[in-house]
Amino acid sequence: MRMSKIVRTGSDLMYPFIFIFGWYVIMHGHLTPGGGFQGGAVVATGAALVIVAYSYQEVNAMIKKAILMFQESGGLVLFIGAGLAGMILGFPFFYNWLANSGSLFGMSVIPGPNPGELNTAGFLPLMNIAVGTEVWGGLTIVILYMLSGVEKEGI
Amino acid sequence: MKKYLAVIVILIITSFMFIIGIDFVFGAPANSDMDDYFIEHGQEQIATNNIVTTVVFDYRGFDTLGESTVLFTAVIGVAMMFRKLGEGD
Repeated sequence: MRMSKIVRTGSDLMYPFIFIFGWYVIMHGHLTPGGGFQGGAVVATGAALVIVAYSYQEVNAMIKKAILMFQESGGLVLFIGAGLAGMILGFPFFYNWLANSGSLFGMSVIPGPNPGELNTAGFLPLMNIAVGTEVWGGLTIVILYMLSGVEKEGI
Repeated sequence: MKKYLAVIVILIITSFMFIIGIDFVFGAPANSDMDDYFIEHGQEQIATNNIVTTVVFDYRGFDTLGESTVLFTAVIGVAMMFRKLGEGD
């Protein structure tokens, strides 16, 4: 069942900002409070807003559950893969092999309080992106599957 | 009788909580060696300003791996249950 036009217009205005705020929290996980779990939950909240404002049927026709499932699995595989990549290069499992390397996310940090730089922290941003992708896809698919069960009951 | 027993148990637990609240000084751990190590070496070793993220994703990265596995398993469980309920899809 669709909500009224006022609710739908409001959610249309709100959801891009919620998504972008969630992606910001994920991307700046190594600089500001928050990280993959929190940012992914914020993005899933935006998806929940769209699902509430429009009906389950309309949202289900727009996105495929298989894509979200793939996204969730891909996040976990990226997480483990980033940990395993260090073993190929000769480091222990989960060693931060990108920190202070000078390549991607490899800048050093001046000790002491400072505002920080996005291009630091080694593989922590990769981990944040992986966990954020997983949490976002996972929570969205949980909402969709639960609503599919409710719909079958005839409510 | 059961009522009195419940009241006595609640009183004992509450007094326990009060004793803990009065005796303990929060924010002053007895053993702070590990915290000091993280705060001192986090910025040079992991090159991050956010010490919390450093602990969660690097020093305790294995814990986060288990955490995301738990989430994955929970989602798989929900998907399995409701897929059977919905028949197909």
